[in-house]
Order: sequence, then structure tokens, then C-alpha cells
Amino acid sequence: MDALELARWQFGITTVYHFLFVPLTISLAFIVAGFQTAWFKTNDEKYLKLTRFYGELFLINFAMGVVTGIVQEFQFGMNWSDYSRFVGDVFGAPLAIEGLLAFFLESTFLGMWIFGWDKLPKLVHLAAIWITAVGTVLSAYFILAANAWMQHPVGYAINNTLNRAELKDIVAVLMNPTVLFAFPHVIAGAFMTGGAFVMGVAVWRLLRRPGDDAPFRIAAKVGALALLMGGVVVLGSGDQLGQQIATEQPMKLAAAEGIQTTQTQAPFSVIGLWDLNGKEIFSIKVPYVLSILATHDPNGVVQGIDNLQAQYASQYGPGDYSPIVPVTFWSFRFMIGAGSLAAVAALWFLWRMRKGRLPGRFGVAIAVALPLLPLAANSFAWIFTEMGRQPWIVYGQQLTSQGVSPSVTAAEVAATMIIFTLLYGALAVVEVGLLAKRIRGPLEEPGAGSADAADHPAPFAY
Amino acid sequence: MLHEIWFLLIAVLWIGYFVLEGFDFGLGILLPFIGRNDGERRQLINAIGPVWDGNEVWLLVAGGATFAAFPNWYATLFSGFYLALFSILVALILRGVAFEYRGKRDSARWRLGWDWAIFIGSAVPALLWGVAFANIVAGVPIDKNMEYTGSLLTLLNPFGILGGVVTLTLFMTHGAAYIALKTEGVVRERANKLVLVIGLVAAVAAVALLGWLEAKTMVTGAAIVSVLAAVALLSALLANRLRSEGLAFVGTALAIGLAVVALFLHLYPNVMPSSTDPAFNLTVTNASSTDYTLQIMTVVAVIFTPLVLLYQGWTYWIFRKRISAARVPDAPATPGSAAHN
Repeated sequence: MDALELARWQFGITTVYHFLFVPLTISLAFIVAGFQTAWFKTNDEKYLKLTRFYGELFLINFAMGVVTGIVQEFQFGMNWSDYSRFVGDVFGAPLAIEGLLAFFLESTFLGMWIFGWDKLPKLVHLAAIWITAVGTVLSAYFILAANAWMQHPVGYAINNTLNRAELKDIVAVLMNPTVLFAFPHVIAGAFMTGGAFVMGVAVWRLLRRPGDDAPFRIAAKVGALALLMGGVVVLGSGDQLGQQIATEQPMKLAAAEGIQTTQTQAPFSVIGLWDLNGKEIFSIKVPYVLSILATHDPNGVVQGIDNLQAQYASQYGPGDYSPIVPVTFWSFRFMIGAGSLAAVAALWFLWRMRKGRLPGRFGVAIAVALPLLPLAANSFAWIFTEMGRQPWIVYGQQLTSQGVSPSVTAAEVAATMIIFTLLYGALAVVEVGLLAKRIRGPLEEPGAGSADAADHPAPFAY
Repeated sequence: MLHEIWFLLIAVLWIGYFVLEGFDFGLGILLPFIGRNDGERRQLINAIGPVWDGNEVWLLVAGGATFAAFPNWYATLFSGFYLALFSILVALILRGVAFEYRGKRDSARWRLGWDWAIFIGSAVPALLWGVAFANIVAGVPIDKNMEYTGSLLTLLNPFGILGGVVTLTLFMTHGAAYIALKTEGVVRERANKLVLVIGLVAAVAAVALLGWLEAKTMVTGAAIVSVLAAVALLSALLANRLRSEGLAFVGTALAIGLAVVALFLHLYPNVMPSSTDPAFNLTVTNASSTDYTLQIMTVVAVIFTPLVLLYQGWTYWIFRKRISAARVPDAPATPGSAAHN
């Protein structure tokens, strides 16, 4: 593999890995803040217990999100220096604003929340977790605005002398239609993930560690609510995003379906098989569905890969302008499939747990699998959206092959990729081990209770 | 003018980063030596517990702001100093996770492992940031396409290594001063003694580094600031002898801040001079973004930086009390001990 391919793998590995933690951070911040608000309002001990129990799980996850996020900030410069030179004038601003507005807010107020249990008035301490939660969402907006610009560049002009994109309209960049739909999509996806996590943990506790039924039944419901409401928003925003892609990145949509020629009444393949050249071997199709997804009209036109390829070749010069079809095809379907399964599992749990009942023998297995489903959906969604943009790094403006660092050797990228992967793998084992330990442990860790709060004032301290 | 403002703001961000994370690094390096049992080590870690993550964000913002204001600087620096930066990133990952996970299992081996992760995760960046900045200021091989043409070994020249020794020892002094200021008992005493010993080494190294640079570039402003940095450091050591821990900490903070100012004064108007040919220098002009982008970034920075300083300052105020060994959670609570100090 050359440096380009290795750099792409490195970006894929580190980014997908980072995004395992991000959605949980975002949603758990809000859910924990919700539990703490309930405690603040009712003074009911069970909400305090839930705040601390899920709060600790939130912190174990948060640490991983933070440290893997540092890599994200610098790897544009490390592996993609020509990309950085080309886009810095536009792309750098949202990144810098993200740090200044969001990262400071998150980290400072989270520190206050962790260590401030006995030092801050209750209301201020509650505000600290809410501000942290707001910080996570702000961060998501700015980084998604930056990503949206790579998908659908707006508010810029190309300076051919300096060979770079130059910012002309910051409002256009921050209000890019792509970010306006991607943001709710990603945030709602985060709530599906956190909801599934909270519910999965709660159901597991109800089945395997009975005794704290009252709080965990509440948690299961809260988790289900977050998951299902998130699911509704994911559907709606995903539908809008699909139409956005149909007009702005028609090649991505064509590749999502593996559709070769432009057609109306385009079908949607439930499953299919392609050879390595992207030619279809067989598939099972449902008519009209893709046209409806792309245009809200069963007779709508969906452009095909071959037609777009010809169009781009005449527009940008000779070259292959289509992504790897099996990757986009399957990641698109796995995203939808995994997300839908999570919603079904949550509904099944709600039904089986109605009026104080408990789910039967598959309950434990499904509870464990539940959080993995939205996590998988998130990963496939990013693989779809980033791989579907190829061969472009900035759609229509810069090829991925033009963005890689000329001064970095393949050996250097390979070495750092191997070490990152090993380190990330080891940390994943540590993290899952700690989560499992906390989930299995008593609802209240000794010393964390409010009864002896005077002796143990900071339950989350190091 | 905008270029100058952003050169200044980038300097401010690095000053913020080194002054704040400097003592986190110093504390992390001294952790296994000043903290001799689990209780003492927890006391130390909890002394930076509420603030270390916020301190680290200064680095992320410095990186992001460099990307936005000087894309070519960002691109050349981080692709050029590739393996050095990679080592820093791995160290910061280990250290960040260590703080959060160390206390999550009640096992001596587990905690010892994380203690060394904190040590390495603090020592490596403390050393390598100095190597990196010494090389940035002194100049490295850069070709006409703004690409770095050296290797990792190019950076490990005597001047670069001296730069590393300066930041390593300065941060250790700063960390010891912080521990002396923020803790009680035996840990505080040990830190107090170390300030002078490490501080003298730092003073010698820093004077050598800044003197060497001065002899090379002869920038009057930088010479004055370098002298002030040395005065601040020596005052800090004097204050430490007089057991004025607050002043000593202010002194080490000033010394670090002024040293960074001196480096940036040497650097200007370049951001990364080329040792291959001065014509290939990256400057505040040829590395920068457009005026429009800089204007927007200026507005954002002017509004939000004071706000950040305000609420970060407030955190330090909330957690201003000294940490005693007894105050560390889960430590055996002695009846009537200072549980609420």
C-alpha cells in the first residue's frame, strides 16, 4: 500500500473509533443531566442514584472520546497537509471555533461537575452538567459544518494562483443545507445510541441484579424514549438528507443503490451482489422505492453511475469518479438495518416489560446487543457518507489523492497506524472492562451515597 | 495588521497552553517520586483533577487556530514534525485515560501501571514540545513547496535537545511549585525542596537556550524579555526559599510565559524559517489565510477568549483550597479531620 492508501485507512480507523464514543458522550450528558434535574426537583433518592450510576459510565466513556479527539484535530495536518493547505481558509474556521466555543465549555464545566458535588450549590452543580451537554452539541454542530463543506462546498471561491479555496461567506458555510440536515440526523442518532445503552444496561440489571427495580425501570423507559424519539428524528432528517444527496452528490446516491444508468421509477435493492468492477451479479429489488427516497416521487429521476461518470469525465477530465459500490451499497443498508433493529428491540422490551413484567429468556442477550446496534449504525453511516464521497476529498474541488501529505512516507503512516490501532484496541478492552465492572457493581458504590457525603464529598474524584 | 494580530493570538494560545498544562506535566512527571504511596499520589492527581482537561483544550485551540489563521504553518509543521507530534499524541492519550481510569479498580498493580502512564504521558510531551519549538525558531529544512525535507533525527540536534531540556525542567519546576501551593503535609514539603533543585537546572538551561538564540538573531525585544524571564524564574526560586508559595508559582508561570514571548519575538515575521534557503521561509504573510477569514476569527476570538478566561478562572477559584491527604475521597477518614477544609 502507498502512503495515500495507508493515510486513508488511518483516517478511517481513528475516525470510526472516535465516533464510537462521541454519540454516547452527547446523549449520556443529556440523560444524566435529566436524571439530576429530576433529583433536584423531587429530592427523590433514586434519581440521585441513577445520576451517579449513569454519570460514572458517562465519564468512563467521555475520557475515551476526549483522548481520541485530540488525534482528530491534528491528523489533517499530519497525513493530509495538501488538503489542509487547500481548505484551511474555509475549513479551519469552524474547527477553531469548535475548540474555543465548545471544547473549553465541555472540559471546564465537566471538571466542575466531577469535583464540585460538595463545593457548589446544588443548582450551580446541576447547571454544570447541562452546560457540558450543551457544549457537546455545539461541538457537533461546528465539526459537522466543516464536514458538510467537504460534502457540499458553499460560500467560497477558488484562488487559482495560490491553489486554495477561500472563504467568501461564513454564514453560508455555517448554514450549509447539508449541515442543517446532517446535524439533527447525527444528534438523533446519538440519542438512539445513548438511549439503547441506558435501556440495555437497565434491562440487564433488572434481569441479572434484581433489587433496584424502581430506578432501573425508570431508566429503561427513559432509554426507550430517547431511542424511539431519536429514531423518529433520524428517519425524518435522513429522508431530507437523502434528497440533499440526490441533488448535491448524485454519484453517492447512485452508488448507494448500485444503479448504473439514469432511470425513473428507480427500484431499491434489498440485497445484491457485485463483482469487483461494480457490475451487478444479482439482486432483489423493490420498484419505485429509490425514486421515492430521492425525490418523493415514484416517477422521479435517479441518475446512474455510468451517466454521471461520463458527465464528470467531460467536466473534470479523464478519471474514475465513482466510489466503491459494494461498500456504499452495504454500509447504507447496514446503517438502516441496524438502526431499525434497535428500535424494534426497544419496542419489544417495552411490550414485554409492561405493567411490571420482565422479558423472557432472550432478554439478557438482547439487552447486551441493544447498544451495539446503533453504534454499528453510526459507524456504517460515516463509512457510507465518507466512502460515498470518493474519489473526492472536497466534492468536485479536490481529489483525495491530491490531499495527502507529500513529505510523509508510507513507512511513517504505516508505523503510526499500527501503533494507533494497537493502542486503541488495548484501550477498548480496558474501557469495556471498566464499563462492565461498573454495570455489574452495586448501584451505589460504597462511599458514593449521600448519607455519608460529608466523609466522601466527591464521588467521582480520581 | 491582521497577520500580526493572529501571530500574537497564536502566541497567546501557546502561552496559555504551556503555563497551564505546564504544571500538569510537571506534576505528572513528579508523581512517582513525590507521591510515595497510593494516598499521596491520589492527593497529587486530585490537585489537578478539576482543571487538567480544560488546560489541555488550549492545545486543541492553538492547533485549530493555527489551521484557520495560518494553514501553511499548520500543514508544514504537523506533516513535517510527524513522528514527534505522533509521540506527543500517544503520550497525551495515555495520560488522559490514566487520570480517569486509575482509581476505577482497587488493585495496586493497576494503579502503578497508570501512574507510569501518567509519568511517561507527561514527560514525553514536556520534552518534545521544547524540541519542536527550539527547531521552529532555529529553522528546519523546508523546500520551495513549503514541505519539510528533514526527518525525526534532524530535530534531535543539540539546540533542539537543549530546548527539550528547558521545557522539561521548567515544567517540572512549575509543577513542583504548583504542588507546594495546592497541597498539604509531606507532599508539600517534598515539592518545596524540589523547586530549588530543578529550578536551578531549568534556569541554566533556559539562559543557555535564549542566550544562544540571542547571539544568533540579535533581536533587542527578545533579549529584554529573555532577561525578564530569567528574573521571573530566579524570583520564583527566591520566593520558594522564603516559603511564599503563591509568589513562587506566579514566578514560574511568568517565566514560562515570558520565555514563549521571547521565542515568538525571535520568530517574527517568520512562522517557520527554512534552513535550506531564507527565500523558502514560511512567514506571517505567505502562510496566512485571507483577511476575510482572519476578520471573522478575530471577532470570534475577541468575544469568546475573555469569556473562557472568566469561567476557567472561576474553576480555579472554586477549587482554590489546598488538597490534604485526608481530603482525598475514600481515604480512611479520621474523625475530626479536616474533611471540609
